[in-house]
Amino acid sequence: MNAVNNSVASGAETLLRALKAQGVEVIFGYPGGAVLPIYDALFQQNAIRHILVRHEQAAVHAAEGYARSTGKVGVVLVTSGPGATNAVTGLVDALMDSIPVVCLTGQVPTHLIGNDAFQEADTTGITRQATKHNYLVKRSDDLARIVHEAFHVARTGRPGPVLIDLPKDILINPAPYTEAPDGPHRSYRPRTEPDLSHVAAAVKLLKGARRPIIYTGGGLINAGPESAELIVAFAKLTGAPVTSTLMGLGAFPASNSAFLGMLGMHGTYEANLAMHGCDVMLNIGARFDDRVTGRLNAFAPHSKKIHIDIDPSNINKNVVVDIAIAADATEALRALIAAWKQDDARQDSAALAEWWRMIETWREKDSLRFTQSFETGAIIKPQHAIRRLWEKTQGRETYVTTEVGQHQMWAAQHFRFDKPNRWMTSGGLGTMGYGLPAAMGVQIAHPDALVIDIAGEASILMNIQEMGTLAQYRLPVKIFILNNEYMGMVRQWQELLHGGRYSESYSAALPDFVRLAESFHAVGLRAESIDDLDRVIDEMLATDRPVIADIHVDRAENCFPMIPSGAAHNEMILGPEHEASAAGITDEGLVLV
Amino acid sequence: MNAIVQEPMRAATISVLVENESGVLARVIGLFSGRGYNIDSLTVAPVEDDRRKSRITVVTSGTELVIQQIKAQLDRLVPVYRVSDLSAEGPHIARELALIKVICGGEKRLETLRLADAFRARVIDATTESFVFELTGATDKLDAFLELMRPLGLAEVSRTGVAAIARGTRTI
Ligand SMILES: Cc1ncc(C[n+]2csc(CCOP(=O)(O)OP(=O)(O)O)c2C)c(N)n1
Ligand SMILES: [Mg+2]
Repeated sequence: MNAVNNSVASGAETLLRALKAQGVEVIFGYPGGAVLPIYDALFQQNAIRHILVRHEQAAVHAAEGYARSTGKVGVVLVTSGPGATNAVTGLVDALMDSIPVVCLTGQVPTHLIGNDAFQEADTTGITRQATKHNYLVKRSDDLARIVHEAFHVARTGRPGPVLIDLPKDILINPAPYTEAPDGPHRSYRPRTEPDLSHVAAAVKLLKGARRPIIYTGGGLINAGPESAELIVAFAKLTGAPVTSTLMGLGAFPASNSAFLGMLGMHGTYEANLAMHGCDVMLNIGARFDDRVTGRLNAFAPHSKKIHIDIDPSNINKNVVVDIAIAADATEALRALIAAWKQDDARQDSAALAEWWRMIETWREKDSLRFTQSFETGAIIKPQHAIRRLWEKTQGRETYVTTEVGQHQMWAAQHFRFDKPNRWMTSGGLGTMGYGLPAAMGVQIAHPDALVIDIAGEASILMNIQEMGTLAQYRLPVKIFILNNEYMGMVRQWQELLHGGRYSESYSAALPDFVRLAESFHAVGLRAESIDDLDRVIDEMLATDRPVIADIHVDRAENCFPMIPSGAAHNEMILGPEHEASAAGITDEGLVLV
Repeated sequence: MNAIVQEPMRAATISVLVENESGVLARVIGLFSGRGYNIDSLTVAPVEDDRRKSRITVVTSGTELVIQQIKAQLDRLVPVYRVSDLSAEGPHIARELALIKVICGGEKRLETLRLADAFRARVIDATTESFVFELTGATDKLDAFLELMRPLGLAEVSRTGVAAIARGTRTI
């Protein structure tokens, strides 16, 4: 059966037709009984490529990596029951980080639903709180409409994962194809344009600021590449310093002199103290996460706050703000720039200069400083390994993913991003095992780019099976393991907060990563001391195959600065390199600034 | 200032117009339980001729900020058309219906009937040892009647939960 004709097309064929109409080129998936009709239809066409992962969680992370590096919707296909439940972690990850993903799950035939049939799970029930929205297709007539709608919901407003549960009989029976509807959705109409009176009020506040700061988040990346240009222009107009959340890195160039680095729990001294001391804060596309604010009642205590977010439920959720602008970041920035140019109030340039002078003194603290010894056999500092990796990748089109732990924070601190969509990390959920499959998805989308997963030796084992996927599709992903033989972030908390009782945080019985790489048809490299580091990085970057670089780093190194949970920004702990640990800024001092 | 100071709590009667599709009630309830909001009462029924829309009425309580959050969270659900906080947006009427079984004999029967009459509760079933009353009204009126029935032999009650609507010409 070749000709796809409305009257004879099966549900599976109609599904693929709708996917094509939505611009889908790649699906990350794993087959099983309930989705065999879709796999059969995939087999008989060439427009959509299927990437066979080795675990369904990895399919979702791969789709996330694909989505985050392209701005397109990532697509996942898994079977019923265990296929769907394995995907749940990925869905929650995408939900927390607002990543557009459409996940297709197989389901037992409609007449068996509710009977505890083989490989039946209540997928829509299980994933209701794990998705932005989900659907169970009960009638063949609804199939095409639901697919179109799912993509619309996933990519518009605050993006997120959408799941479609597909009973097997719906896939087999004829299903009519319908085009995507033209008009707006009946009930779902996210607002994107800002309220101009609020924009004007925001400009007034910012023009009158003596100590302004701009704090950017992942929403700026989701708003598309134009917002990255607009934020640079707006920061220049205002003369304000810019800091970013973990999710927002790259939207504002790290190399721009107005950039203070990341803020929050492991943010820089200057970023956190500037947040603490500012008098007007403009938050664009960030959500006042607890990792960013620290103790809420001590958060930026002398500031007026402006919050731009596409999701009104993010506004006044954790922090009460003075001006709320529920809008898409690009549209809001365009309006802000226009309003700024129209408003003829003048800024207090003397106050601004004084603010910058103060920031410079905080910068001089060089809070990310570390000391690397270059003596023969010296142990590698993890921060140095990242710095060298960053330096050696300059001039190449580089995308970085991470796992979760200290290595993730060191990557955020020391690898500097000048463009959006180049940095993919699990921010909200903090999912160990994210980085390798996400890197796969990035590499599929950018076959010629350099894609690096900065990993920890514990996290990488959580989705290590994906080495098989790298081999099958010849994806030259580089896995750069900062091997400290510990779940370092857990060890750090145990050292600082639990009396040094290292309960279950040692990475015992590790595999030989070089031989592990080789057994998966990849290249394995190892650096045991500073003497090996540059050579290993060079060799890794020169290899056009997948590589695991096992970088043995200082096991005792901690990630600083650190604001312990529940502490205020000015209660930051600095590293051993700095004599005074408690940061030097008091509220009284600030009011006087 | 971060307004984390103890804010006063208030009750809110929230009307939600939703697409009448499967799972929509579970979404609303899941939102309340997942985010730790209170539900004092929740009712739902289709309200349009074609049965495509349902109206959910939730009675909840929280600080002003929490209630704003609840509204915003409800509003972002895909099948939600409109959310309205009736308690904040002007005068409104809230009613619920209760079926109340009282088991009693002797002189208590007369007293029971007299009170029922005063509350305009209708007798819809009676035996020599029991009554079933139907009572409609605001929640506190129902509560007051039930309190009076307790010593007289209140045996069982079934309440619908609150349905509410704005006064005057205002619609959701
Ligand atoms: C799936 C999952 N389980 C547990 C955790 C808690 N956790 C956070 S960091 C971490 C240790 C990570 O160790 P490793 O990958 O070696 O990174 P390192 O901190 O040593 O750089 C753990 C267990 C998590 N984030 N995700
Ligand atoms: Mg480790």
